[in-house]
Order: sequence, then structure tokens, then C-alpha cells
Amino acid sequence: MAMHPLTRVLLGLACILVGLWLVAPTLVVVPMSFNENKSLAFPPQGFSWQWYQNFVTNPEWSTSFLNSLKVATVVAVLATVIGTLAAFGLDRMRARSAGLLRMLLLTPMVVPGVVLAIGIYAVYLDARLVGTMTGFVLAHTILALPFVLIAVQASLEVFDKRLETAAASLGAGRIATFRTVTLPLIAPGILSGLLFAFVTSFDEVIVSLFITSPYMKTLPVQIFTSITRDADPTVAAVGTILLCATTILIGGGLLLLGRDRRSSL
Amino acid sequence: MSETGKQRGAAIDLSAVSKAYGSFRALDDISLHIEAGEFMTLLGPSGSGKTTTLNVIAGFTEVSAGSLQVGGRSVVGMPAHKRNIGVVFQHYALFPHMTVGRNVAYPLSLRGVAKTEREARVKRALDMVRMADFAHRYPSELSGGQQQRVALARAIVFDPPLLLMDEPLGALDKKLREWLQLEIKRIHRELGTTFVYVTHDQEEALVLSDRIAVFNRGKIEQVGTGRDLYDAPETLFVGRFIGDSTVLRGQSRGDGSSTALDIAGETVTAPLKHAGRGQPVMLLRPEKLAIRRPGLGRNDGDNRLSGTISEAIYLGSGSKYEIRLRDGSTAIVRSPLTDESFTIGEAVELCFRGEDAKLVADDSAADTTLT
Repeated sequence: MAMHPLTRVLLGLACILVGLWLVAPTLVVVPMSFNENKSLAFPPQGFSWQWYQNFVTNPEWSTSFLNSLKVATVVAVLATVIGTLAAFGLDRMRARSAGLLRMLLLTPMVVPGVVLAIGIYAVYLDARLVGTMTGFVLAHTILALPFVLIAVQASLEVFDKRLETAAASLGAGRIATFRTVTLPLIAPGILSGLLFAFVTSFDEVIVSLFITSPYMKTLPVQIFTSITRDADPTVAAVGTILLCATTILIGGGLLLLGRDRRSSL
Repeated sequence: MSETGKQRGAAIDLSAVSKAYGSFRALDDISLHIEAGEFMTLLGPSGSGKTTTLNVIAGFTEVSAGSLQVGGRSVVGMPAHKRNIGVVFQHYALFPHMTVGRNVAYPLSLRGVAKTEREARVKRALDMVRMADFAHRYPSELSGGQQQRVALARAIVFDPPLLLMDEPLGALDKKLREWLQLEIKRIHRELGTTFVYVTHDQEEALVLSDRIAVFNRGKIEQVGTGRDLYDAPETLFVGRFIGDSTVLRGQSRGDGSSTALDIAGETVTAPLKHAGRGQPVMLLRPEKLAIRRPGLGRNDGDNRLSGTISEAIYLGSGSKYEIRLRDGSTAIVRSPLTDESFTIGEAVELCFRGEDAKLVADDSAADTTLT
């Protein structure tokens, strides 16, 4: 169906506008990070790398960054293992309760973050987990689990289970079948789950604000406290770095998912 | 099981095997002996239990009752991956993330076969199915027929004493199917392995098999060579499932040596005693029936029924006619081309010799499961 040239132009304009609206607030951070003055003014004045320097050298920033990295890595592995096992269990469960269990596992995605944060905080106070690495890992794993579950479940849905029967007929036991047939074929789903879990933990702020302490801060917490205390443009530098990193990670994840979908056709 | 180096097949014994899903009996007291090296086809309509039988032998489905021996050894309760049985599936089931070569090498890797021997055996298996040039391709780059040949190579590469095939040609077009049938027959001859083949296509069963087991509603109706089943069907279902046949129903009268049927005022007799239970019906193969114009004299031994031609089909090698009999039933006649031809609507007489008829017990369920 041919489109009227005017319609085409209007459609293009509308798309550009919506795109700008979505991306602009994020992109504003980039020029601000090169500001010469210690202010978060826009448009920025002059050009300097000093805020990037500050991010690397100031222990407040670098420690919180390393904390986030550590927490996110452990969370990614933990959530991926648990989430994959859960997706498998639900996939092979014939009982009707499978749907109910699935909903239960997805609740952390649906429940308002603040509500979850209050609950976790209350429990952590008693368990002395506030401000600990373990506390962060446990809380973030709860939040990351649904993403892994969804990603792995999606690739299990398109996985042809009859291949497992074929593998059995060729002499493969259950573990060998999983390792040589099932795992390689659902690997894209598991990998994208891993990426989403990592990112979920890395930029989680609501729950983190509740369970943080002066001795254990993650990067988003540090950004929040910094910006409420003073107008330090280091925040913009960090924001720019994170923007680049998450774009690469999520982009990679989406590419993997896309490949998974195509190969299953 | 292997004598003088050559791979020999394993015999299979199913004895009183049943499989129930809830109240549904997928297999109802099946007993079947398959000879070592035999090509046995399990033939029947969908839902008749043939695939369940295959799955039971493969170990994908556990029996509810009965015993199952492969090569003289009971395999009841043995998981599928320990049975050492090759299986070819209708949906090919090649591993999409492995090349053709790695697919075929897969069962050998699991068995810890060393690399050089593995490569030699993969090549031999691919040669056998004429796919050696495709070893580096992925399954998605192959046609259906090529994929199924690779699947066949993968199922025979580890020299299983038994190969099971579940409608392997079901997804392929007719020409390719006929060619692959001959390929499968050749491979069976070369390997000497026992083949158990599931199909709903009676022509395919006749082409391939040493013997055929006809399944219906979870039971085996008859086991025999294609000729046995065609010439001497023991049940109405077998008579109708294998080849065309005319079924004559009527009021029966029997004495010690013959049976007569009254069909809408006409009588036909056959020199046979009805041994089965229930009402006898006569089964006649299309080439045992002849069509005559009425009023022409024939020798008295012939049975005659009057009817009208309702369909005339030219087959090239001959003609096929459908004749509507007085009682409303339809007879199917095949006549050679040299015979005189008839037109639709023409009143004719249907003739046959009593000794060409087969007597079987009437079975109204045979009609419902066929359609």
C-alpha cells in the first residue's frame, strides 16, 4: 500500500518528536558532564574532564561503583541459576498450580518498589542485614528473579522438547541431554536473563536507599545522596558512563533474544 | 547377538502388553513376536495404538501391564537411553545447533568412541544414506528428505540391533516418499537390523514389510505378510483397511459346508463355513468381481447380483467401477482394459465365484474407525 508523501512526512516528524521526548532527558546528562564549573547548569560552560577524574579518584565514588559491580555480579549469577531452575520446574510441571507459582515468582515486578523496600527494611533491621553486602545481594536477587524467569521461560517455550526424546534414544541420560541439547538451545534466553538481572541490580535505587548505610553504598545511592547534598557534576559524568554501559549491555541482550527468536523459526 | 562379525538384529517379544491412560486403553493386551532381522510394520489408523507400541519398545512410554523383551532380555523399567535402540521420528528431531556430522557423531560421542573411529563410522553412516557431502551443513539448510536421511544415519551409526521408525516419511511428498521407501528397504537389507516401522499408509506397509501387524482400537487385528492380509483377511477391519474390498451383508443361512446370504431378494453362496462369532459378511477383492450385461448366459457356479454403475474411473492400466447394489451398498470392481466398458447409470450384473469370497464376522465398529 503506497503512502501519501504528506502522510509520510507527518509520520516521520511525529516519530522524531516522540523519539526526542524519550531520549532527550537522558542525553542532557552527557554535555553537563563536561562542565567547567561546579554546577549542574544546562547548557554547560566550557569543557573539562575533571568530573570523570573525580569519579575515578574520589574514594566515595569509586568504592560505591565497585560495590555496585560486586553486588550486581553476584546477583546476576544467583538470579540466573535460581530463575533458570524455576523456569524449568514450571515448564515441566503439569499441575495447574504452575500458573499460581509463576505469578508468585513474578510479584516482585508488580509490587510497588516502596512497599517491598519497607518490608525488606523491617526484616533486615531484625536480621542485622542493613548495610551489608549479603543484604544487598538478597534484596536485589528478589527483584532480578522475574526478569530471568521471563527470559528463560520464553526460550523454553520455543524449545522443541522432542529433541530431548531423540537424545534419550541416542543414549543420552537426563544430565547429558541437558548439557548437550537443552542448555545450548536455551542459552540465549539464559544469557539475556543474566544481563537483565545484572542491570536490574546495578541501577536499583528504591530498596537500596532503605537498606544502605554510610559504610555500604551502591552507586545509585551515592548518586542520590550526592545530588541532594550539592550540585556535583560528577553525577553527570557517572550518568554518562552508566548510559554507555547499560546501552551496550541491554542492546546485547536484545540482540541475543532476537537471534533466539529467529533461529527457532 | 552378533555372529561372525556381521551385525544381527534383535528379536522382540511383546506379551500381553497393556497401556492405560486413565480409563482409556491405548494398548489392550497386545502380544507380538518380531523375528531378528525382520522388517515389521505396525499399520493402523491414528489412535489405533501403533505409535504407543513403538514408544513402549523405545522406552518413551512405560507399560501398564505385560512383558517386553528385546534380544531375549526384559527391558521393562529400563530407561530409553540404556536400551540401545535407534529411533527415527516423523519430525526428524535433528539437533539444530549441531552440523550434520556432529548430529551423526552424537551417539558415538556418548558411547566414548575414539575420534578416528568416530569419524570413520560417521562417514560410513552418511555414505549409506548418501549424505556424505553434507556433513558440514546445519539441519536448517537441508530439505525434509535430506534431514530425514541424516536422522536415519544418526539412528544407525551406533549399530543398534533394532531400529524403530515412526511415520518417518509422513511429512514428505509422494515422489520423495516412494524413493525413500526403496532406500529404507535397501538399508534394511544391508544392515540386517530388525526394523519396526509405524505407518498409517497401507501401500507403504506393503512395499516395505516382511510382515505387517494391523492395529485397531488398541488391539492387533491380524499379523501376516502383505499377501496374507490381502488374500485372507481375518477381520472385516483388515479386509477394508488393506486394499479395496466389497462388503456384502445379508440374511445368512449356513449348512455344514457352505454359507448363503440373502441380499435384497438375491442369494449368493460361498463354499465356506462361518467360524467366527456374529453375523457373517462376505469380503471380495475388486479383481475377483466381474461385471456382465444382464441376460447373458454364464455358467451356473457364478454368483450374481444386480446393480447399476454409479462411478466409472479410467486408471490407465484398467478401469475401476463402483456399482450400486439393490440393498444400497456399493461394490468396487477393477477390470482390465481389454474388457468391455460400461457407462454410469447402466444396469449390470455383478458376478463372482463363491470360493473367491472371504467370510468374516460383521463388525460395525470397523466402519467408524476407518472414516
